[in-house]
Amino acid sequence: MTVLTLKQKLAILSDAAKYDASCASSGTSKRDSSNGRGVGSTEGMGICHAYAPDGRCISLLKILLTNFCVYDCAYCVNRVTSNTPRARFTVQEVVDLTLGFYKRNYIEGLFLSSGIIRSPDYTMEEMVRVAQSLRLDHDFRGYIHLKVIPEAAPDLVNKAALYADRVSINIELPRDESLTALAPEKSAQGIRKAMGSVRLGIDQAADTAAKARPPSFAPAGQSTQMIVGADAATDGEILGRSDRLYGAYGLRRVYYSAYSPIPDTTSRLPPMRPPLMREHRLYQADWLMRFYGFERIEIAADNEDLDLAIDPKLAWALKNRGQFPVDLNRADRERMLRVPGLGVKSVDKMIEVRRYKRLVLEDVKRLARGLAKVKPFIVTQDWRPGALTDQADLRATLTPPQQPSLF
Amino acid sequence: MRVARLASQTDFAGWRAAARSLRGAGVSPEAAVWTVDGEGDLFDEVVPLPATTEGGFTVPKGFMELAEPVILHRSPERFALLYRLLWRLQSEPNLLHIASDPDVAAARDMAGAVSKAAHKMKAFVRFRKIEDAPEETYVAWFEPAHRVTEATAPFFARRYANMAWSILTPDACAHWDRRKLHFTPGADKADAPDGDALEDYWRTYYASTFNPARLKVAAMQKEMPKRYWRNLPEAGLIPELIEAAEGRTSAMVAQTPSEPSRRIVRQAQRLSRDGSFEEGAPGTLDAVAAGVDVCRRCELWRDATQGVAGEGLATARLMFVGEQPGDLEDLAGRPFVGPAGQMLDRALAEAGVPRAETYVTNAVKHFRHEQRGKRRIHQTPTTRHVEACRWWLDAERRIVRPRVIVALGGTAAQAVFGKATPIAANRGKALQLTDQAQGVVTYHPSYLLRVPDAAAKATAHAAFVDDLRFAWKLAS
Repeated sequence: MTVLTLKQKLAILSDAAKYDASCASSGTSKRDSSNGRGVGSTEGMGICHAYAPDGRCISLLKILLTNFCVYDCAYCVNRVTSNTPRARFTVQEVVDLTLGFYKRNYIEGLFLSSGIIRSPDYTMEEMVRVAQSLRLDHDFRGYIHLKVIPEAAPDLVNKAALYADRVSINIELPRDESLTALAPEKSAQGIRKAMGSVRLGIDQAADTAAKARPPSFAPAGQSTQMIVGADAATDGEILGRSDRLYGAYGLRRVYYSAYSPIPDTTSRLPPMRPPLMREHRLYQADWLMRFYGFERIEIAADNEDLDLAIDPKLAWALKNRGQFPVDLNRADRERMLRVPGLGVKSVDKMIEVRRYKRLVLEDVKRLARGLAKVKPFIVTQDWRPGALTDQADLRATLTPPQQPSLF
Repeated sequence: MRVARLASQTDFAGWRAAARSLRGAGVSPEAAVWTVDGEGDLFDEVVPLPATTEGGFTVPKGFMELAEPVILHRSPERFALLYRLLWRLQSEPNLLHIASDPDVAAARDMAGAVSKAAHKMKAFVRFRKIEDAPEETYVAWFEPAHRVTEATAPFFARRYANMAWSILTPDACAHWDRRKLHFTPGADKADAPDGDALEDYWRTYYASTFNPARLKVAAMQKEMPKRYWRNLPEAGLIPELIEAAEGRTSAMVAQTPSEPSRRIVRQAQRLSRDGSFEEGAPGTLDAVAAGVDVCRRCELWRDATQGVAGEGLATARLMFVGEQPGDLEDLAGRPFVGPAGQMLDRALAEAGVPRAETYVTNAVKHFRHEQRGKRRIHQTPTTRHVEACRWWLDAERRIVRPRVIVALGGTAAQAVFGKATPIAANRGKALQLTDQAQGVVTYHPSYLLRVPDAAAKATAHAAFVDDLRFAWKLAS
C-alpha cells in the first residue's frame, strides 16, 4: 500500500466532505484573540472566504477525519461497498491544516465530519480530540462545526458541543422508511434522540446564562441536512418534516441537498442530475415559513410538490387572489410580507417611509427589486391594479423564462 | 463658487469642518465645489471658506452614521452628495427616513457598497508567511473596492492579535506589531511577498470541495467579483474547473452502478427482523423500553423523537400512570421530567411518598402534538392511541405487579380501567382491577398547573396530595 502525502489526503478527504451543504460560520458568541495566546475571532456575521464555481460559499475547512466507513448508505460516496480511494488524517494533521489556513485568512474555522471507523464512539472521540486540541493546546477562537454521530454515547456528544460552536446531525432523508432502505445502519429515531439531547443541552446552557457565566454549549446551535430527490417524498412532506424539526429541536437551519451523482454509485440509487431548481424552491419555501409568517400547509400539502416555474410566494398569491391587492400605505407588516416581490428589508423600509409620506409607485420601484412582479398585487397613492389582479393570464406574464442551464 | 479643499480622500474631519462653515455661510450645494489636495488645481480662484461660527446647528444622529462610511466610497460625487443632504435637512428634518428619496437612496447605496467592500476585505485578504522572520510574521497585498483599509484593520488586529502582520494596499497600509496598529501610505504589489508554501494546499482544497454536478458560475461571480481574482491564489483554477465540470458530471451519470455485497444485504435483513415486536409480549422492563422505542402500533412515532417507557422501581408497590410524554419528556426520553413532572415531585414530597419507590409511566408512550409555528402544542391522545398502546402498559403492569395503580387524569383512567372513568365522581376510592391490583383515580398534575383561580388551585392541589397519600397508604 502506498503512503499518501498530506496533499493527497487533503484532496480525498475534502472531496469526500463536499456533499454536506452547510458552511455557515455565523450566529455564535462574539470573541476575539486579543486577551489570549492563540488566534481567532468570531463577530456574529459569518464570512465567506471564497466561492467555488458551484456557487457555494467556502467559509470553513470542510473535511472528513477519514472516509473509511463501516456503514453502507446508498447515497454516500464513502459507503463501505464503494471503491472510492480511502484516506485518514491524524488529529495533528487536521489541527495543523486548520491553523495554517486560518492564519493566512483562507477560512473562518473547521467543519469536521467523519466516516465511521471501528465504532461510533471511537470515531466521535477522535473528532472531539481535534476540537479539544484546537481549543486547549492552541487557544483557537475561530469557528468549529462538528458533525455528530448519532449512535455515539451521549456524553461524547455533550463533549463535542462544549468545544464546537455548532453541532449538526443529518436527518439524511425526508422519510424514515427511506432511511431504513438506503442507510441500513442508521436509525431515524436515533438521529432524533441525539437532536433532542443536544436541544436539552442548549436550553440548559441558555438557562444558566442569566445566573452565571454559562458553560459554552454549541452557541451557534444545531443544524441538519436532508437529501432531496433520493426518495419519493413530496415537497410537502419535506417541508412538513422541516417544520417539525425546527419546532422540536430548535434547529437553526435545515439544509436541503439536491441528490448529486457520486463516483461509483450503487444500483439501489441510480445516478441522476441533481434537481437544483427543486432545491432552490425548497429553500425559498423554508424562508417563507421562518421569516414571512407562512404556515407549512399554506405552501404545500403533504401530497403536493412546489411549482418549479415560479417561486412559492407568487404561487400562493396566484391561488389566493382574493387577498389582493394590498394597500401598501395601510396594510400591516404581515400582509405586506405576503406580496410577491417584496422582501423583509423592503417591507420594513416602506413602513418607515410611509410614516412621513404617502407611498407612490416610484418609491416602491426604488425599494423593491423591480415592479413587474409587485404591481398586480399592490395599491399605492397613484396606482390600482384594477382587473389586473384577477386577469386569467397573469401567471403566464409573471413566469420567468426557463433557464436551460438549470436542470 | 466656493471651493472646499480636503487633506485626503478619507478626510472626514476636514469635510465636516468645511460643510459646517459652508452651511453656516448659507452657501447652497450648487455653489460649493469639493476637491482633495493633490488632485490638481482646477480652481484657481480659491475663495477661502468663511470662519466657522460657534454654536452651529445639529443634525439627526443618523446623518453622521451615514456620512462616515460614505466618505470612504471612491465616487468623486460623495462630498457634494453629503453636503446636499446636509443642506436639505434644514427644511426636511425627516429626510433620512425616506429611503426612496433619490439622494438618500444614493447615499445609502454608497454606504452599503463601502460596508460590502469592508466585508470582502475581511474575506479576500490572503496572508503570506515571511519564512525567515524572527517572529511569526505575515504580509498580504490587497486591492479594496473602496478606501476601507484603515476602517477594517481593527478587525484583523482582533482576529490575529498574537501574530505580526501587514496589509499593503494601493491606498494605505496597515501594520500590527502585536500591540498596536499603525498606518503608512499606499504601496506597490512588488512590496509584498509573492508566494506561500501552503497556497498549494489551499488550491488543492478549493478544487476538491467543488462539486462539478452543481455548476453555478453566475452565483459564484456575484459573490466573488472578478476584480478580486488577481489577488486570490485559488482563482487561477476557476477556468479549468468550469471547463471540466460537464464532462465529469456526464461520466458520473452514465456509469454502471456496482452491486451491493451479499454481506450488506444479510445485515439489512437481520435488522428488519430484529426490529419486530410481534413475537410475544416482553418479559422485562428493558424489553419494554426497547420495544416502545420501535413501536409502530399507531402512527404517533412518526412525529415524535422517541418512545418513552416508564421508569422506577421494578418491584414497586405503587404505579403512577400519566397521559403521555410532553415536549421535554419527548426530548429527554424519560417520563415526568417537565413542568408536570416537577409538580408531581412536589406533591409526592408533600404527601410523603418517595418517588424512587414507585414506578411512573404513561398510558401513551409517544408524544402526540401539533406543530404550530416553532412550538409543539400538546394534543390529547385519542381512544385509538390508548388502545394501541395498552399492549405496553399491560406489559409493565404484568412485570411490576403493583398493589395500587394511580391513574393521573382521564386518559390514564381510560387506559387503566378500560373504560371512561370520571375523576370527580371516583377520586378518593379504591377501585378493584381485574389483575388483583387496586385502582385510584385523581387529577393529572398538569391540570393543577392550569387551574386559573388561585383559591380553586389550592383546593385542587390539596385534594391531589390527599389522593397520593391515600394511594400510598393503600399500597403499604
